Amino acid sequence: MTMTSNNGSDLAAVEMVSVTVDGVTIEVPRGTLAIRAAELLGVEIPRFCDHPLLDPVAACRACLIEVEGMPKPQPACAQVVSDGMHIRTQVSSPVAREAQEGVLEFLLLNHPLDCPVCDKGGECPLQNQAMSVGRPQTRFDGEKRVFDKPINVSAEILLDRERCVSCARCTRFADQIAGDPMLELLERGAKQQVGTAADQPFDSYFSGNTVQICPVGALTSAAYRFRARPFDLVSVPTTCEHCASGCSLRTDYRRDTVTRRLAWADPEVNEEWNCDKGRFAFPYLREGRITSPMIREAGELRPASWPEALDAAARGLAAAGSSTGVLVGGRSTVEDAYAYARFARVALGSDNIDFRVRESSSEEAAFLAAVIAGTPVTTTYESLEQAPIVMTVALEPEDESPIVFLRLRKAARSGRTRIVNVGAVATKGLTKVRGELLAALPGAEAQVLQMLPADIRRALGQPGAVILVGERIASVVGGPSAVAALATETGASLAWVPRRAGERGALDAGALAGLLPGGRQLVDPSARKQVAAAWGIDASELPTGVGFAGENLLAAARDGVLGALVSGGVELGDYPDHALAAAAFTGVGFLVSLEHHHSAITEQADVVFPVAVVTEKSGTFLDWEGRPRPFGQVFRDSLYESDARVLGMIATTMERRLGPSDVAGIRREHAGLGLWEGFRGQVPDRVPGFTMMGEHQFALASWRALIDAGVMQEGEPFLAATARQVGVWMSARTAASLDHPSQVRVIGPGGSIVLPVQVAEVIDKVVVLPMNSPGCSIYRDLGARVGDAVGLVTVKRHEGEGS
Amino acid sequence: MAELPQAARGFGVTFFTMFKKVVTEQYPEDRDKYPPKPRFHGRHQLNRWADGLEKCIGCELCAWACPADAIFVEGASNSEEERFSPGERYGRVYQINYLRCIFCGLCIEACPTRALTMTNDYELADSSRASLIYEKVDLLGPMLPGMLPAPHPMVPGLTDSDYYAGKVKGSVPEQANDRPAAGGLGATS
Repeated sequence: MTMTSNNGSDLAAVEMVSVTVDGVTIEVPRGTLAIRAAELLGVEIPRFCDHPLLDPVAACRACLIEVEGMPKPQPACAQVVSDGMHIRTQVSSPVAREAQEGVLEFLLLNHPLDCPVCDKGGECPLQNQAMSVGRPQTRFDGEKRVFDKPINVSAEILLDRERCVSCARCTRFADQIAGDPMLELLERGAKQQVGTAADQPFDSYFSGNTVQICPVGALTSAAYRFRARPFDLVSVPTTCEHCASGCSLRTDYRRDTVTRRLAWADPEVNEEWNCDKGRFAFPYLREGRITSPMIREAGELRPASWPEALDAAARGLAAAGSSTGVLVGGRSTVEDAYAYARFARVALGSDNIDFRVRESSSEEAAFLAAVIAGTPVTTTYESLEQAPIVMTVALEPEDESPIVFLRLRKAARSGRTRIVNVGAVATKGLTKVRGELLAALPGAEAQVLQMLPADIRRALGQPGAVILVGERIASVVGGPSAVAALATETGASLAWVPRRAGERGALDAGALAGLLPGGRQLVDPSARKQVAAAWGIDASELPTGVGFAGENLLAAARDGVLGALVSGGVELGDYPDHALAAAAFTGVGFLVSLEHHHSAITEQADVVFPVAVVTEKSGTFLDWEGRPRPFGQVFRDSLYESDARVLGMIATTMERRLGPSDVAGIRREHAGLGLWEGFRGQVPDRVPGFTMMGEHQFALASWRALIDAGVMQEGEPFLAATARQVGVWMSARTAASLDHPSQVRVIGPGGSIVLPVQVAEVIDKVVVLPMNSPGCSIYRDLGARVGDAVGLVTVKRHEGEGS
Repeated sequence: MAELPQAARGFGVTFFTMFKKVVTEQYPEDRDKYPPKPRFHGRHQLNRWADGLEKCIGCELCAWACPADAIFVEGASNSEEERFSPGERYGRVYQINYLRCIFCGLCIEACPTRALTMTNDYELADSSRASLIYEKVDLLGPMLPGMLPAPHPMVPGLTDSDYYAGKVKGSVPEQANDRPAAGGLGATS
């Protein structure tokens, strides 16, 4: 076990005890369980309920061993070793062997013999251990217990109760790890079964993990049930593309289709867990793809050959030249984002580039450049666990970075870590991490940060304290400045937790106006020289002035200041100003779109190139820590090309020389630049803004739910059915002031929407709406942004239609 | 008796054989006179329950058992609107490649619902490779009296377990639906 500590705590002194297992004496740390001590010697004791990340429960009794001095066999998974203890496992003790065989025979009494059609067959601990330690013959000839099957514990998770061995792994996971204790063991004796309350399905964001840790086939997912058997599948280790948590995944495919994804063990990042989005949201990889390049002819898009499309793109982009804007979606790999950054600067001579397809600000850009871009990994998941205090600002970890949430929960459960959220809602997620709410109106977080209570400020001064800031800080005027100032003043380490998997990588790759790879400033002479040398050009050929970014870039495209746009992985609806974004893409003279799916942007494009999805290319994501998460290609014979390859081909057609476009070449070139020690730009210092509200108005707080209307979640109805119910969250007092309505019409600057009311622990004068969920998009439906003032009107039930 | 020359003894065998019973069976002229034994391994058949629902559940065990990799199965989920078999799943695509099949019968041993059995039909010669890949439509057993073409609901009041226990004796009027019968053969796109 690697023990790292950055706060100099007492981990160094681990007391060792001496224990004898099957006649061999070893030293293990005090508190080690007998089952682990035996593992260290290579003795595998059978087990079902034991899981290293769950508290011991000794529910299945499969691991019985003989301990000298104890009258009866003991469960090895719950027996803590003590100094001088003599343990005898099934290897040397007939008593232990007899006990284990007996338990296994009991477990198999009621277990159906449907292994041939069971999803778990082939990777089943019960099957394996019945073979290794079970008796070859059963003595039971009665009728087996039967239940109705399967029952839905949630829309996604199905339960076959007769296969269950009551190991309580799923219930303990739900209770301890996820903090959603909706699964429970019900009834007693032979009738014991896992179940949920009648009106409360197991709608946890982490429910899929229970399927993976179930040691029998009792829990299955609707997405994978009866689709394949383990030995049908080819497994490839990959990285999750859904958020910046950076989970290691195992992608299993069959007949050129991904059949399932599992969490892959990475103790430093996701441990052995992942969220349901990462596990189940993969049908988009196959459905609705763009299959060939397209060009616009006489106003209509038509399929074209690659050379034809490349020619058209090269001609259009060469004409626009340095007045081209480049928009890189947040899903790009580091290599693709680097390719966009290099393509813009070298092939187009343009610095108009931005990866932030969301709410953004120039203050945020300055903050990211000065504080985050190109910095080495310092704040990690481990630091969250060791921190005395973690403060989250403009971040809802359970929705926006679920593995951060799990680590915070683990830290909170250990009792070491105090968690403070600066925000407007004490969400269920905050309760699960035992956090405190530091109330701040949306948009006014900066003022709260400047006037922190003394005890929190003092706590942030402790070694190891961490501030996590989410991407929504961009919507707070003065927010990035206040966060950076707070971190500097208190000495707390600061980490930026974006939502999308590609954002940190794109930032480090220089896909932002004024920023070259590794946090180098475009205006810094020595930075220019380094980058120009790596790109094989003269420093004078790099663009000189800082280009357009954010909404300025869109406005420039709309107003004809820019002659062309290149967009890759961009979703129109993700821009807060819908009208501006739509006008930019329709109004620009020439639009090249690199996408894997048809979208509102490809419809407007003059040239469309199909590009590879994550399973069809290799690459790297940087998670929020800045840790590289490389992944390999799943479908090696895919005909789709990565964004980097397509950009390379366009540049070649334009007769501009770019460096390598393959992943290995880009990685080499990027790594060759090394860490940047020089000037990173000024840390922004803006005066905090505040929210102006009329008497009957409410400030709008909003973020994207984990499971929402995102385009990468399409095609998975079972996952969508586990999403949180869409509604307006408001405080009990606000609801009372409106006379407890069941529905309200929320009126924003650009429209209104009727939604059910959910009373939650929201501060007064604030309402919370999901940012982009089915039936509620604040940008599209309200024309409002986070922090805007909205009105509420009570709606009687019968007129609750339309918006 | 004096020793006959060797050649004469040989011709003698030939001569006397002319008066023995002929064992050659003439094909195709006399094929009906000599049917194969009942357990002969011939072409496969996908069976139906007595009410016409299919027995195949798309579990692919036949494909896994096949030593020649001759079977391809793709399962799909039944729904209340469109039910092809009792239980959760049915075989949406079912193909046997008779260019590969060695008629060993391991597939029918593997089948958990007795959906797949072998008939005595051995006349499988054909002139193209494609025509020797039999689809589900070619393999499904005949519609016997009392059967309704799938998809249709299960017999009201019975569960899939009752089907497996052999409690279904035929279709009932409630099962009839106004879907065209052609849909019952399963899409094999």
